[in-house]
Amino acid sequence: MLVVGLTHYLVLSAFLFSLGLYGIVTRKNAIMVLMGIELMLNAANINFVAFSRYGNYGIGGQLAALFVIILAAAEAAIALAIVLNIYKTFANVDVDDINNLKE
Amino acid sequence: MNWYDIIFYLFAALVLVSGFLVVTAKNIVHAAFYLLFTFFGVAGIYALLGADFISIVQIMVYVGGILVLILFGVMLTNKITNVDIRTGTVKVLPAAIVIGIFAGALLALMVKTGWYSNPGQIPETTLPVLGKTLITQYVLIFELLGMLLLVALIGAASIARRDKE
Repeated sequence: MLVVGLTHYLVLSAFLFSLGLYGIVTRKNAIMVLMGIELMLNAANINFVAFSRYGNYGIGGQLAALFVIILAAAEAAIALAIVLNIYKTFANVDVDDINNLKE
Repeated sequence: MNWYDIIFYLFAALVLVSGFLVVTAKNIVHAAFYLLFTFFGVAGIYALLGADFISIVQIMVYVGGILVLILFGVMLTNKITNVDIRTGTVKVLPAAIVIGIFAGALLALMVKTGWYSNPGQIPETTLPVLGKTLITQYVLIFELLGMLLLVALIGAASIARRDKE
């Protein structure tokens, strides 16, 4: 139990994923929702790298984690551009209040 | 219990505690700074798993890039002068119950499944094999990701641009 193995990493990532999901569900601010998504992406990445480590160092898992990090960077840039536009239009960023695409 | 295990538990505690503070912090700027500790902890977990390059990329891209972007977003979309930087929460109790059940199911899945586990030998560095695989077997994805970053750059710049009036 105390010797760290694959299961420990998977449990850690399961907890982190649930925390991210909780953040997405309960927060109203769009940027907090974005932070929850980042937590979930990190949890998925821990799984990728852990399976790469305990699958006799298959390099594919680490590459998948690398691609996820790149996509997360692109996603954060686009999402924040959209959030800035929403703020310009609605003067707040509560996801509950945003319900039309065009004025 | 050897040093590897102790360091793992330290990093795991750092990740989970700061992750919990991210999703519960009232002040959104505090949440962004707790996210910093989560990202550092995850980078430590990668290093423990022998993924040295991924660990450095995590620090450079997440801490150096995404977190700065998020902080910019926070500062630009909150009325700092009006002290309205707090952020509301909705339906905390039902969400906590549902997510708790979901987390329990996920934990049961992770613990009960008999995963294939073959630890192997930790290589000195993963960098040469990562680089070689990236420009041979995965070269198409590599190029497509380059295109995607270019498209995201142009798209973000054109979406966030102020209209001339």
